[in-house]
Amino acid sequence: MISILRTIGLTFLHMFRKRETIQYPEEKVVLHPRWRGRIVLTRDPDMGERCVGCYLCAAACPVDCISLQATEDENGRRYPEFFRINFSRCIFCGYCEEACPTYAIQLIPDFEMAEYNRQNLVYEKEDLLIDSEGKYPGYNYYKIAGLAAGIKGKGEGDNEDPPVDIHSLLP
Amino acid sequence: MSTIIQYTLMIVIVLFTLTTIAAWLIWLERRMLALWQDRYGPNRAGPFGLLIVVADTIKLFFKEDWIPPFADKTIFVIAPTIIGATVLMGFVIIPYAPGLLIADLNIGLLFFLAMSSLGVYSIVLGGWASNNKYSLLGALRGASQMISYEVFMGLSLMGVVMLSGSFRLTDIVLAQKGCWFIITQPVGFVIFMIAGIAETHRLPFDIPEAESELVAGFHSEYSGMKFGMFFIGEYLGITLISAMAVTLFFGGWLGPAFLPPLIWFSLKTFVFILFFILLRASLPRPRYDQLMEYGWKILLPIALLNLLITGGIVLMMNK
Repeated sequence: MISILRTIGLTFLHMFRKRETIQYPEEKVVLHPRWRGRIVLTRDPDMGERCVGCYLCAAACPVDCISLQATEDENGRRYPEFFRINFSRCIFCGYCEEACPTYAIQLIPDFEMAEYNRQNLVYEKEDLLIDSEGKYPGYNYYKIAGLAAGIKGKGEGDNEDPPVDIHSLLP
Repeated sequence: MSTIIQYTLMIVIVLFTLTTIAAWLIWLERRMLALWQDRYGPNRAGPFGLLIVVADTIKLFFKEDWIPPFADKTIFVIAPTIIGATVLMGFVIIPYAPGLLIADLNIGLLFFLAMSSLGVYSIVLGGWASNNKYSLLGALRGASQMISYEVFMGLSLMGVVMLSGSFRLTDIVLAQKGCWFIITQPVGFVIFMIAGIAETHRLPFDIPEAESELVAGFHSEYSGMKFGMFFIGEYLGITLISAMAVTLFFGGWLGPAFLPPLIWFSLKTFVFILFFILLRASLPRPRYDQLMEYGWKILLPIALLNLLITGGIVLMMNK
């Protein structure tokens, strides 16, 4: 009986504690930077698109919600002609972010994307592309890659060896 | 003629107040449970979430009023009304203020005990008419729980009757003018409260209707307004037991003169209703056999002992 009275007393004392509820939408939940929310396509520090249209994210996606078509510009730099993500299928797993070789596709801590019409949840490239470098600042894929696509010449990238002369017999 | 008008007015006022209280208790219970569980209850619908009562009522009205084709139709419909009717009858004898009561029966306490015994019918008939194994099991458990806890509900009140010398509730309240019966009959109060909680099948004795026990107990097949009637019956039962505890042990409408007696009665009843809700927030549910053992092996002997000792002391004081 004493333990019962003690339980009642302890529960009564809970009245004087602060309540744990977060009153959304007046108060927002504090999300950490790596929280897997809305997908964005980022740009490199020179404001070009990071996405090279390699289809790795579409291949990695477990629910096949990414659809894209790669094309090249006049300098030979690849970019996506269209890039479509169906957010009604997306499970926000982050596999596409892990698969991307250029840090183009990223997941940011934003989840407020509710729509009344399911078709409005299919985001095109202009909805996904942002004018920022996202979570990985200072990375430009074309400065490191061996390809010269109007950004640098052959052999001038960071940590890049000069091109080998294929016609000479010296090693 | 004027007595008829007086009685009718009194009945209408009490009925109106009780339905308001039963509806308001939905909101109060959810907010108080939340307060004791470190969260907010409903606070979005209307100021402080008060419109949640309206929302719940509208929801219950709009639910499909389905009577199972395998159920006994007449009894299925009658069962929820029994609990409401018996509990409302129990409110007839309670003195709310000096001179403010519906029926000053000289066997008022016996009438209350009789009405609470009739309340068992609603559970038994509800479970039986549902024609469903789990409802029947829940109903049988509930009925046996209520019947066994009723035994010592009456016995625990006999001490009060001995001390005040009458079954009439007004006499019992007036006999507490010098000293409230909680001081002379603490054991009786505790046993009456426990029995009262079992009678209204509230936590921790809510095996008949707990959400996780046997699907939903005896009211698994009920939906819509019939379920609402069971619900209202339960909340009215809480109010009735609180009001009876106040009348019998805490002096009814007695109190210092700076507040009118009706306000004292309401305040004390309100405190007991909060205590019921606090019990729901804090205690776990005992197993069915633990519950029955507690009733028959512990509480009944204590009630009898209380009766014996009180009788002995009253006899000695009368010498």
